[in-house]
Amino acid sequence: MAKSTKIRKAFKAAFPYTIPIFAGFWFLGLTYGIYMNVSGFSFIYPMLMSITIFAGSMEFVTANMLLGSFNPVQAFVMTLMINARHLFYGISMLDRFRGTGLKKLYLIFGMCDESFSINYTAEIPPDVDRGWFMFFVTLLNHIYWFSGSTLGGIFGSLIEFDTEGLDFVMTAMFVVIFMEQWLKDKRHTSELLGLGISVLCLLIFGADNFIIPSMAAMLLVLTWMRKPMERRKETAEA
Amino acid sequence: MTVTQQMITVAVVVAGTMLTRFLPFLLFPAGKTTPKYIQYIGKVLPPAVFGLLVVYCLRNVSIFEGSRGIPEFIAIGAVIVLHVWKRQMLLSIAGGTILYMVLVQIVF
Repeated sequence: MAKSTKIRKAFKAAFPYTIPIFAGFWFLGLTYGIYMNVSGFSFIYPMLMSITIFAGSMEFVTANMLLGSFNPVQAFVMTLMINARHLFYGISMLDRFRGTGLKKLYLIFGMCDESFSINYTAEIPPDVDRGWFMFFVTLLNHIYWFSGSTLGGIFGSLIEFDTEGLDFVMTAMFVVIFMEQWLKDKRHTSELLGLGISVLCLLIFGADNFIIPSMAAMLLVLTWMRKPMERRKETAEA
Repeated sequence: MTVTQQMITVAVVVAGTMLTRFLPFLLFPAGKTTPKYIQYIGKVLPPAVFGLLVVYCLRNVSIFEGSRGIPEFIAIGAVIVLHVWKRQMLLSIAGGTILYMVLVQIVF
């Protein structure tokens, strides 16, 4: 297969998966751009931050930091805390990103929640190049986020909202991804653990602080359950 | 904050984000065999993480205030039914989102 045909084929396969993200990222990106605009920042800020940081919730937090006093150490620690979940994504993608060449660097750079979720769960047809598929998922998401944020930063206060509730598109997408995983797995121990631990930690630690305890608890419980989980897997495969 | 201080702050956030994304790949390079334990974690973690992401999206929903999470509950129910029924990602997401928008704009 010629290289250009291969690339075009991967793009065509990847694009439909990113449509919900287009809706979600434009909504969130516009909101973020508008937020920056009304906070007194030029559109240059959301534009550059959406390209370089490319982690939605972190960018809202960064906007807050920029309005406060200069404290790079605290900024660094907060970033690590908020984005610690990416460590899990990386561990899950070690195998999948293998053999993707230089594209791998960009795949890792652009591994936000949405890119990770799609690249992990999408059933890529066997005749489509995996590396280019994941590359386009990541690139399209990046473009949506960048264009939404920049437009929000430019047009800011001009936009009137009658789009209340559109942000639910992200929730709906993660529910679907969760279900895809659920329908694929024979046993649902991990899924139930993930939901249960997260809800429990949310109730105990509150909306702003529950991610890290959830991650730690998941890691502990899954480590503790390694023997029975692996044994069951073997019998399920046999 | 001066512009330079702002630039440093953004650069620090970029560096922190990149560290969380690149670290696993630096610790377990493709050339070497990944430890069995990490392979195991890489397999069992994603389903749990997807559960975390769903809860994360709903973290600010209160069942004691406002619409008490009822629109979220109904819309997620619709997403699940649609997805089990047709199993088309875009249809399930669009259906659930439109229903949710109708619920929060008109009903609640």
